[in-house]
Amino acid sequence: MSPRPVGEIVAACEEIFEDLSFAKAREWKAAVPGRKVIGYMPVYVPREIVHAAGMLPLGILGGGADMEVIHGDAFYQSYICRIPRSTIEMAINGKLDFVDGMMFPSICDVIRNLSGIWKLLFKEKYVRYFDAPQNFREEVGGVFYANEMRELRDGLAKLGGREVTDDDIRRSIAVYNENRRWVNRVYDFRADFPWKAPSAEVYLLMRAGMVLPPEEHTLLMREYLAAAEAANRAMRDNCRVVLTGTFCEQPPLNLIKSLEMSGCYIVDDDLMLVSRWLLEDVPTEGDPIGNLSRAFLLHSAETAAKYEPDIARKGSYLIDSVRKRKADGVIFAAPSFCDPALLDKPMIISRIEPLGIPYIHIQYAENSSQMQPIREQSGTFADTIKLWSAS
Amino acid sequence: MSRQEVVKSNSHMVQKEMITRNYDRITGGTAKVSSTFVPGNLNELLMCFDIANNLPEINAIQNAMRKKSGEMIAEAERSGHSEDVCTYVKADIGMMAKGNIAPNGKPFPDPDVLLLSYTGCFTFMKWFELLREQYKCPTVMLHVPYAADGLPTKNMRDYIVKQLKEDVIPVLEKVSGVKFDIDRLREYLRKSAIAENDLVWMLESSKRRPSPVDCYFGGVYYMGPIFTAFRGTDECIEYYRLLRAEIEERIAKGLCAQSPDGDMPEENYRLVVEGPPNWTSFRDFWRMFSEAGAVVVASSYTKVGGVYDYDGFRHDPGHPLESLADYCLGVYTNRNLPTRVDMLARNLVEYEADGLLINSIKSCNSFSAGQLVMMREIEKITGKPGAFIETDLVDPRYFSAANVKNRLESYFQMIDQKRRAGGSAAAAGA
Ligand code: SF4
Ligand code: SF4
Repeated sequence: MSPRPVGEIVAACEEIFEDLSFAKAREWKAAVPGRKVIGYMPVYVPREIVHAAGMLPLGILGGGADMEVIHGDAFYQSYICRIPRSTIEMAINGKLDFVDGMMFPSICDVIRNLSGIWKLLFKEKYVRYFDAPQNFREEVGGVFYANEMRELRDGLAKLGGREVTDDDIRRSIAVYNENRRWVNRVYDFRADFPWKAPSAEVYLLMRAGMVLPPEEHTLLMREYLAAAEAANRAMRDNCRVVLTGTFCEQPPLNLIKSLEMSGCYIVDDDLMLVSRWLLEDVPTEGDPIGNLSRAFLLHSAETAAKYEPDIARKGSYLIDSVRKRKADGVIFAAPSFCDPALLDKPMIISRIEPLGIPYIHIQYAENSSQMQPIREQSGTFADTIKLWSAS
Repeated sequence: MSRQEVVKSNSHMVQKEMITRNYDRITGGTAKVSSTFVPGNLNELLMCFDIANNLPEINAIQNAMRKKSGEMIAEAERSGHSEDVCTYVKADIGMMAKGNIAPNGKPFPDPDVLLLSYTGCFTFMKWFELLREQYKCPTVMLHVPYAADGLPTKNMRDYIVKQLKEDVIPVLEKVSGVKFDIDRLREYLRKSAIAENDLVWMLESSKRRPSPVDCYFGGVYYMGPIFTAFRGTDECIEYYRLLRAEIEERIAKGLCAQSPDGDMPEENYRLVVEGPPNWTSFRDFWRMFSEAGAVVVASSYTKVGGVYDYDGFRHDPGHPLESLADYCLGVYTNRNLPTRVDMLARNLVEYEADGLLINSIKSCNSFSAGQLVMMREIEKITGKPGAFIETDLVDPRYFSAANVKNRLESYFQMIDQKRRAGGSAAAAGA
């Protein structure tokens, strides 16, 4: 078979992205009797454990730009971000009827209460609110976290009707290490050659990873990288920005495209943070749960959903990313009504301002349709940066 | 007697004096000061180190009731805070920017420690990160996991105890220079439990008809000492004894609950209320109820600083650190929605209420996200009608008196209709 051109790969990813009935995940489930699918919301859950239980971790990231929310509004007031209402809408409409369980990570009060709504509405389903420690000492937060993972493992073992062994988890750790390496390679490639790997494409590629089994997603990324490298694409005179604040409710694809069209190459972002959450390989030798726990405590991304015990390190993740990716500026993009992102922002700004890193702030909802103001704002930002760097 | 004097019962005056004394201690310049939060606060532990307890949420409420929070919020928004986030945080940050003056007119000192007891709400974490930016003082985190399956687990409890032993207590020792003495803690916890018994008696006194107390608007005063800097003290025990005696007297006289303007002449409606009150128009809001003869017989807000009635929790001197852990885990907003539903539904039945009113707070996701579902579930379980209003805590821009009044009036009419129809479940579901 001759290699697929980049356009074809991206089109396949786009199809997965647009399919709110999750046909790919349904196919996976139907292929072998007894298979189970566990949905999870962003930002971070240890997918390794789900995978080790022989189940498909399915990332559920809201309803996107086009889904009409009818029932969801009867569940949530207007001053709450949109992701919980579109997620509920999907559940009520039967789009998640094949999902055997849901995991809700500890990000914020909205997600926390959403886990309770799930318990009230879908009483027969497995629901796990997955708490992560805000204490990062191994003998304190680490012990708690490892026990939470063991509870998760045992819950899934019960649901799946089979034991989940340490070896199972070790194997899954290896699978996700490999997946993460390729995710990072794609991110590195985009930062080096942003014209060859436009952000909208990279985004679609990563979104596919929310639905496909990790092994398949890894192959897809390899294929994409080879095709993108080979493609002949023109470099534009864009400035380089880091997009931050988008770790939970996702912006519409059009927003990502608009930023690029207005003259900004996104060279790093926190979209779909779950796939880049752990910053280093997790060891595959020794106690696998201990290893996952240590990876979380010692080598995980900094985000608004995590406490930063060291005031001096606040914002350092973003600053490092600006430096490493040679970015010219930062675009804060936060979902409306998102407490964690919006409360974090002034602190982060106070760290980058003294370094002279230019920034702008935009707010969005997953279904924002008015791109013109955003395009104007980011276009002006890009022009200013270019002028500034030329002077 | 003037209107004001009518409502100021003896216990009310005593409490006022207690609060003033605490502010004088905080601003006095001699005690070390900690800022911490109401839900899951570790007052007894702070007392072991002679540290004064300052509660930013209470300051935000005080400023709102004095009509000052609007300008503070505006100040915070001018300095880059979003319109969308919790207004308590902005009121606090705006207060700092405006000189940080305590209700006694003296400036707040910079805290010596921020005790980030992280219970029931994620915003707390960001709030104290923001304060840490300003004060650069030690910040000690006590992470309380969410009781997502309804009950605290051993893992959660052990985690909290370990944090107390290995992180919280050593920092408090260092900040205060006082060595931790577990027997001192036991003694305070013993006192807490005594006051907690009387608090629960007060909460349950509203099962009577007429209810001698209002457990929402009145409740916010009654819960003051135990939810703030006094739990574990003799004066707290005294306060609740006094309150109990006052309520017993009201019961003996057959009095209805108090309103902002004196005793309510009659009790027409008995409600259970979910969600915090609005503070910027607190008295006007209260009057909308009392003028219709509506009394709140139970509310979730009186559990926000600790739940003592639902499953009988008391601080336990026999297991001091474990009991602090259980207390933190059991705070109302740290309980999952099915538990909150069960709690409110039971209140509706046990307190013979006519219905559930939800005051949904615009900027508080901890309470508000999920309330519509809770309302429907509770209606289903109890057959009693629910109603939904929306206001804000301390942001005057989001209190529309006309709107709220309209909603309440239609709700009372709905209850009347249901009564005429014989109170059938079918009518409730309509
Ligand atoms: S978008 Fe923000 S507020 Fe909404 S669920 Fe996600 S983290 Fe929570
Ligand atoms: S969000 Fe709600 S519970 Fe949290 S600090 Fe604000 S008012 Fe309090």
